[in-house]
Amino acid sequence: MSQIHVTTTINGDATEFLCEPEETLLDVLRDRLGLTGSKEGCGTGDCGACSVTVDGRLVCSCLMLGAEAQGARVETIEGMADGDDLHPLQQTFLDHAGLQCGICTPGILVAAKSLLERNPAPSEEEVRYWLAGNLCRCTGYDKIVRAVMAAADDMRRAS
Amino acid sequence: MALDDRDTATKLDFKVVGTRPPRPDGIDKVTGRARFGADMTAPGMLTGRVLRSPHPHARIRSIDASKAEALPGVKAVVTRADFPAEVPEDVADVLDNCMAGDKALYDGHAVAAVAANSAAVARKALKLIEVDYEPLPHVTDVDAAMAPDAPVLHEAGGDETVPEGHSRNVMSRVQFGHGDIDAGLAQADRVIERSYRTAATHQGYIEPHACLASAGPDGQADLWCCTQGQYMVRDTCAAILGLSQGQLRVTASEIGGGFGGKTTVFLEPVALALSRKAGRPVKMVMSRAEVLRASGPTSSSSVDVRLGMTRDGRITAGFAELRYQGGAYPGSPVDMGSMSAFAPYDLENVRTVGWDVVTNRPKAAAYRAPGAPMAAFAVESAIDELSKELGLDPLDVRLKNAAREGTKASYGPTFPAIGLEATLEAARAHPHWSAPLGENQGRGVACGFWFNFGGNTCVSLNVAPDGTVTLSEGNPDIGGSRASMTMMAAEELGIPYDRVRTVITDTGSLGVNDVTDGSRVTFAVGLATIEAARAAKREMCRRAAMIWGIDEEAVVWEDGAARPSGPNAGEHPPMSLAEIAAIAPNTGGPIAGHHEVNAEGAGVSFATHMVDTEVDRDTGAVKILRYTVFQDAGKAVHPDYVEGQFQGGAAQGIGWALNEEYIYGDDGVLQNPGFLDYRVPVASDLPMIEPVILEIPNPGHPYGVRGVGETSIVPPLAAIANAVSAAAGVRMTQLPMSPPRVLAAIHGADDG
Repeated sequence: MSQIHVTTTINGDATEFLCEPEETLLDVLRDRLGLTGSKEGCGTGDCGACSVTVDGRLVCSCLMLGAEAQGARVETIEGMADGDDLHPLQQTFLDHAGLQCGICTPGILVAAKSLLERNPAPSEEEVRYWLAGNLCRCTGYDKIVRAVMAAADDMRRAS
Repeated sequence: MALDDRDTATKLDFKVVGTRPPRPDGIDKVTGRARFGADMTAPGMLTGRVLRSPHPHARIRSIDASKAEALPGVKAVVTRADFPAEVPEDVADVLDNCMAGDKALYDGHAVAAVAANSAAVARKALKLIEVDYEPLPHVTDVDAAMAPDAPVLHEAGGDETVPEGHSRNVMSRVQFGHGDIDAGLAQADRVIERSYRTAATHQGYIEPHACLASAGPDGQADLWCCTQGQYMVRDTCAAILGLSQGQLRVTASEIGGGFGGKTTVFLEPVALALSRKAGRPVKMVMSRAEVLRASGPTSSSSVDVRLGMTRDGRITAGFAELRYQGGAYPGSPVDMGSMSAFAPYDLENVRTVGWDVVTNRPKAAAYRAPGAPMAAFAVESAIDELSKELGLDPLDVRLKNAAREGTKASYGPTFPAIGLEATLEAARAHPHWSAPLGENQGRGVACGFWFNFGGNTCVSLNVAPDGTVTLSEGNPDIGGSRASMTMMAAEELGIPYDRVRTVITDTGSLGVNDVTDGSRVTFAVGLATIEAARAAKREMCRRAAMIWGIDEEAVVWEDGAARPSGPNAGEHPPMSLAEIAAIAPNTGGPIAGHHEVNAEGAGVSFATHMVDTEVDRDTGAVKILRYTVFQDAGKAVHPDYVEGQFQGGAAQGIGWALNEEYIYGDDGVLQNPGFLDYRVPVASDLPMIEPVILEIPNPGHPYGVRGVGETSIVPPLAAIANAVSAAAGVRMTQLPMSPPRVLAAIHGADDG
């Protein structure tokens, strides 16, 4: 079985990798590229801990093959901050205690960023339904939802 | 010096404690840098995988791994034969659960494991292992397992507490209480007798179990894993594998949730055995299906309650018989369920009897206040029903019977200052209690109790030459405890929060620390942190006294500096921590404070929950409209994370009450081993959850702290059942209250 050569862009960096045909994008990110910020909570697309965007579209990286990233633009949690400058969502998650154990946090941040790119002023209900594919078992979502709404406010004020 | 080491008076004036600073591990966790169990690698690392029984109960006649061993890329295969034939009695069941011996006892029970140079090869190798099973009759229901003719898991049967004539699946019987139940029931104006059932649920932590083991031929070994207690992992693995505790160093990764489910081992001894055999590091990570099939969910339960009440709401007697199945080995939390069932109430006549039962299911592990939620579901439902029958207000009834300082608890001890009444009064005064309800809506309340633990704790506080401080502790941080420890150290030393860093050490760096469980960490590690800081302050006062040439007793520590105090101290400018630290080499060497303790005085915890629900009479679906948690925190060190515990416990309770359920088919196989069908609450299922923090100081902690992590899951099952019963107009006695079950109840069919 020969490996597949893939050329892609990850967090703005041109990236090449070899992968097996059956390897998921999540496996490639974690095991071949050392980008372990994306987590595997289920491997079946139910928990959202592996959320990344591919060409701007929010996906569960456990449900996509690594080979499918050919020519695509992949964004992961590792690309969310600009150097030392946290993304407003990252900052509000800290300010509002929007995390406890932190395992779901990368996926939720990636998903929430994707929401705010589409809808800069989401209602609480819209935040809750957008994040319904991201499981958090610690927080009861209360502080997460507040953090997302606060980031939306901050970003609107800054723009 | 004037510091009184034995000063137990509760501190009231805080500068740092009670504020909400950013958590020290926050940046790592919002940027993806934090390293969890599956995020570690090692040079030459192999991938380990487990072969699991497809049968709920089967004799293992033989295992032939020769074809797997011959597969290129396979470096080791282990079965039970690769573990010592004899292990200490207290880990015998743990070993058997990690790797089956003569019998596979549940669907998913590990029977063999491989280590290979890739996950693909490991998966292929598993298929080449030939296991000759002799399937045996199985039982997965607790009441069925207690029947005299039930299939028997362990021939030896239960212990001496089990009366003759019971199934050998009954492993033990416990009993608590005082007074005379029959006499109490005779005094009642009304008596009810009800039976309740709850399904097994899983902690549902999002991070699957994961570890990386490296064991050498010299007996030295290193283990990285996600766990609630690295010392527990060390001691358990050492006992199972015949290693010495000192030769095995365990490092706890960041932990992606535990809720009690990571207070034991599953993969860790297997990974060590594979590594030892292969001579290479071995990493193992469970799939979600493996987590659900073969880690440690909580018990399903079957509980009978008899309760008597006078017309004015006094409970004259309370009796409960609790039957919990704890999976394939003894040790369900029925003992704690039996102790906690009536703990919120001051009763003259109270008795609980608990039965620990084995079934062909994965062995139960702790789950947040283990055993208590099911017991509270039964008792708090019965109190609600009886109150309503008598036309009484359910909060008034609870206040009338509430345990308070001096109450002899149903499980034995006499309570010191406790906060139950405060939570009930706060609930009654809250606008939620008087808010109007619409059609098909109902409101429920319930109380909950948890013991809270203390336990073995060892911390070290080191002052660096530049005047910053590192606190070393040995308890994994699940929900922000590093922030709390940092705050308590800063508070005690009188220095800013950002001058202290708290790190969690491996097992080689500190003495034993008990598992992060029992809501013990903020209490016990906090207490040890404060004492370690006091030890460092004493030392710094001594150094200042030496420099000033005065008596140690004439130096006090105030606002982060040593100061002369008293008539004979003389005039000296204060010396700050940083100034003392900078010249420490000239005054006796490094400055540190330590504290080692087996902490007592954790202080019990109570909560009252209030919830509004709406029932869809066409579908049976239940919506949570509003939820308020009232809980005593003693002293909330970091209120954000106290609130987070309240909210998270309520959310898990909502899942347990409405959706979550281990579903076994007649074939004894788990039918829903994935998050699609084992449905935990998602963001769109829930409203905001309002946390109301009460602070009734715990006399056993210098700052008055009580643990807050577990009590919040005790009341929700009953509170929601009471609310749904009110909304649906029919009493719900079985969990989960899933749409089909609610619909059936509404239609007057059998409840379940």
